[in-house]
Amino acid sequence: MITLSINGKSHQFNDDGDMPLLWALRDVLKYTGTKYGCGKGLCGACTVHVDGQPIRSCVTPVSAIGKQKVTTIEGLSEHADHPVQQAWQSLNVPQCGYCQSGQIMSAVALLERNSAPNDKDIELAMSGNICRCGTYQRIKQAIHLAADLATEVKGS
Amino acid sequence: MKHIKNVSRRSFLKKLGISSTALVLGVQLPSMLTIPKALAGVTGPDKFSPNVYVQIGADNIVSIVVHRSEMGQGIRTSIPMIVADELGADWQQIDIIQGLGDKKYGSQNTDGSRSVRRFYQPLREAGASARMMLQQAAAEKWQVDVSETRADNNFIIHDKSGQKLSFGSLVKAASALTVPEASTLILKPSKDFKFIGKSDVALVDGKKIATGATTFGFDVELDNMRYAVIARPPVLAAKVKSFDEKAAKAVSGVIDVVQMPELEEPAVFKPLGGVAVIATNTWAAIKGREALNIQWHESEHQNYTSETYKQALAKSCDNPAKALRSKGDTSKALAEAKKVIKASYYVPELIHVPMEPPAATAHYHDGIFDIWACTQTPQSSQGTVAQITGVAAENININVTLLGGGFGRKSKPDFVAEAAILAKQLNVPVKVLWTREDEIQNGYYHAVSYQKLTAGIDNNGRISAWQHHVAEPPIGATFSKGADLIGSEADLGLIDMPFEIANVSCAAGKAPAHTRIGWMRSVTNINHAFATGSFVDELAHAKGVDSKEHLISLIGADRKIDFAEENAKYGNYGETLEKFPVDTARMKAVINKASKMADWGRKLPKGHGLGIAMHRSFVSYVACVVEVSEDSDGKIKVHDVWMAVDCGLAVNLERIRSQMEGAAIFALSLTFYSELTAKNGVIEQNNFDGYQVARFADAPMTHVEIIKSDAAPGGVGEPGVPPIAPAICNAIFDATGKRYRELPLKQYNIV
Ligand code: FES
Ligand code: FES
Repeated sequence: MITLSINGKSHQFNDDGDMPLLWALRDVLKYTGTKYGCGKGLCGACTVHVDGQPIRSCVTPVSAIGKQKVTTIEGLSEHADHPVQQAWQSLNVPQCGYCQSGQIMSAVALLERNSAPNDKDIELAMSGNICRCGTYQRIKQAIHLAADLATEVKGS
Repeated sequence: MKHIKNVSRRSFLKKLGISSTALVLGVQLPSMLTIPKALAGVTGPDKFSPNVYVQIGADNIVSIVVHRSEMGQGIRTSIPMIVADELGADWQQIDIIQGLGDKKYGSQNTDGSRSVRRFYQPLREAGASARMMLQQAAAEKWQVDVSETRADNNFIIHDKSGQKLSFGSLVKAASALTVPEASTLILKPSKDFKFIGKSDVALVDGKKIATGATTFGFDVELDNMRYAVIARPPVLAAKVKSFDEKAAKAVSGVIDVVQMPELEEPAVFKPLGGVAVIATNTWAAIKGREALNIQWHESEHQNYTSETYKQALAKSCDNPAKALRSKGDTSKALAEAKKVIKASYYVPELIHVPMEPPAATAHYHDGIFDIWACTQTPQSSQGTVAQITGVAAENININVTLLGGGFGRKSKPDFVAEAAILAKQLNVPVKVLWTREDEIQNGYYHAVSYQKLTAGIDNNGRISAWQHHVAEPPIGATFSKGADLIGSEADLGLIDMPFEIANVSCAAGKAPAHTRIGWMRSVTNINHAFATGSFVDELAHAKGVDSKEHLISLIGADRKIDFAEENAKYGNYGETLEKFPVDTARMKAVINKASKMADWGRKLPKGHGLGIAMHRSFVSYVACVVEVSEDSDGKIKVHDVWMAVDCGLAVNLERIRSQMEGAAIFALSLTFYSELTAKNGVIEQNNFDGYQVARFADAPMTHVEIIKSDAAPGGVGEPGVPPIAPAICNAIFDATGKRYRELPLKQYNIV
């Protein structure tokens, strides 16, 4: 048995430790906000944070998580008020929305380590996240907006 | 250092300068799984529902049924905008109900860029009839003439007396009135629109998406539900020879192994066959499938190999089997031309790759199917399940989830039928999930195409002849085995070539299909516009004239084209030419607009180039100008895309812009990266490593302008795609002097 810490809650996991975290989250623990897009680490739809680092949950077995803390899109904020989530809503970033959990988790991780990224930083950090609907331009604008707002929050 | 921390919604909006009472939809939407069946059309003492799209409650909540599928185009926002505007509803008191599959809504087949095009009028009428009945009810209460009343913000108002009554308080009285005849409806004048044509309406699902709380097809969870993946034939119509059931069942979590019914062509929307593995979770099902070790029988399609097929297509272009448009005498004009120019274009087989692959969940109980699916077409899902399982259509409830992209893939309900078959046979709820590999290797494909174009320039330097031959396997083969000639595909950018040329001939060669051919966002407009838009630019260069001026002058005089006069049967996207003419003035207007946006003709930095193209599709007009540059390593970068769109009356400006931005990326993917190849009948690519799409760093800045128009609303989801590929290739030519005629461009090592 494995004890998993997801969004600050601990869960007992009794299945195969080889199971990718993605399917453990979705099918076993019912955190369906994290999405499947390729299963091969190629698209970023399944991005979650493990101890604050963005990882591809589709290629990370549950057994590799250990005591590290997992954060999914559901655990980002209680009231949809993370600056990144708000910037996403204000700029109407999503089209179908399916890739956006992964995009948001990648963007949050970027801003955690670089609070004022330039366009190149953003391109680099987001290059593993595919959006087939083509929302890249708005994602870039939203990351800048979130960074600006976070500054203002700090300053105010 | 800055710190990212949560900030209240109100103060966030304040910082943005948006008041928190802006049009941000605050109501809680019902969860997909709790949608009441057949809500619409029910009228009770505390509910007033004059038609299938609108219901008003005594609690003053206006429920609006969205009967079309949301796949990123924003229809769950746009339909309520239309209805609420006409009704005079308060945006904060709207509830959005996703309609079940049901004929009473009219067509729900969400493809062909026609949700607003076909339903703008019926939806306005739905809003207007509800509003007029509420006005009537209020007028009777007040004993005033109904014409003295108006609706605003969920109230009926009598300005003279200053009285007003809420919608909710009028529900009972309005329910007792007869629904007005369509001919007596009074629609709002467009100057009074509050939502239609406005930019500041937030996405109704925006918050749920940002918090991961949405339900897509992949996300449906029912009690006691099983997860299934299916091993489908690698070659179309190959039948199962043997498989190792025991090995699959030995995988922990696997519950069952079921052989699916074999496919008999034509494929239509039938499941492909193969073997399903049912498990307690998706991972176990995938592992179980790997253990099956399936052997397949031979299939008649196993000789399909892209390399040789391409040569066959090229040959077929030289020997067309069907004339599609002929005006004047093209052979004679070509023989007499001073200069003849020829070029061939190739676009490979393509696939949709919506971010969410197909998925469907079925529960069979008490003779009834409850099904949840990310389908573009709930009614044909219902029909297909009825046909395959023998359950009557009225006992099949199709709940439409959000779609993680569709692009045409999800208008084929084969995956819905798979779930239904398994759920009925196993007597438990079953969710069938397609992996990315399944989606790419067992799809409904955008047809590979070869095109040969020939033009003649006469002694006066005029283009005197235009000949366009194509060979591409038809969508018809999916519905009629052995079909090898295109039908309505010809209407998509081939026979509707708008240039004013005296001698024109368009024709198609035969091309047998070896995969399921389907439709993908903008369909054959993609390849036809690529060839036409590139070739016209080649002609400009051959003549030594400016590309944009040439395009305008070749379109010629302002006129409305009727291709029937040139021996062409043109479908015009199912619309009449009276309502949706082929209008050359509108073509030129979008070209001029896009050129202006891009400052066409300006001096460019070294290594930069501009390209232009225009295409009319789905009765809308889009022109684009693209700026590219070539770096010292010969790599191309697309910097900016300027798009001018005339889609007639524009309902949801914000979503039209986002559709154009998305179309630019969709087209950029197929221009630079995407290609499927078949070897011995098997598609060789299986994930995003082999089948590539545009990523973050590829994305240009896309600038969109929407032409103001009162013309009937046209399509939006697809028309942005076709002009991009030719504009990019024209820009590359401008920058480098190299002309590329085969997609994707990655084969030339320029990305
Ligand atoms: S699903 Fe994990 S990277 Fe694509
Ligand atoms: S919004 Fe649809 S894939 Fe990104």
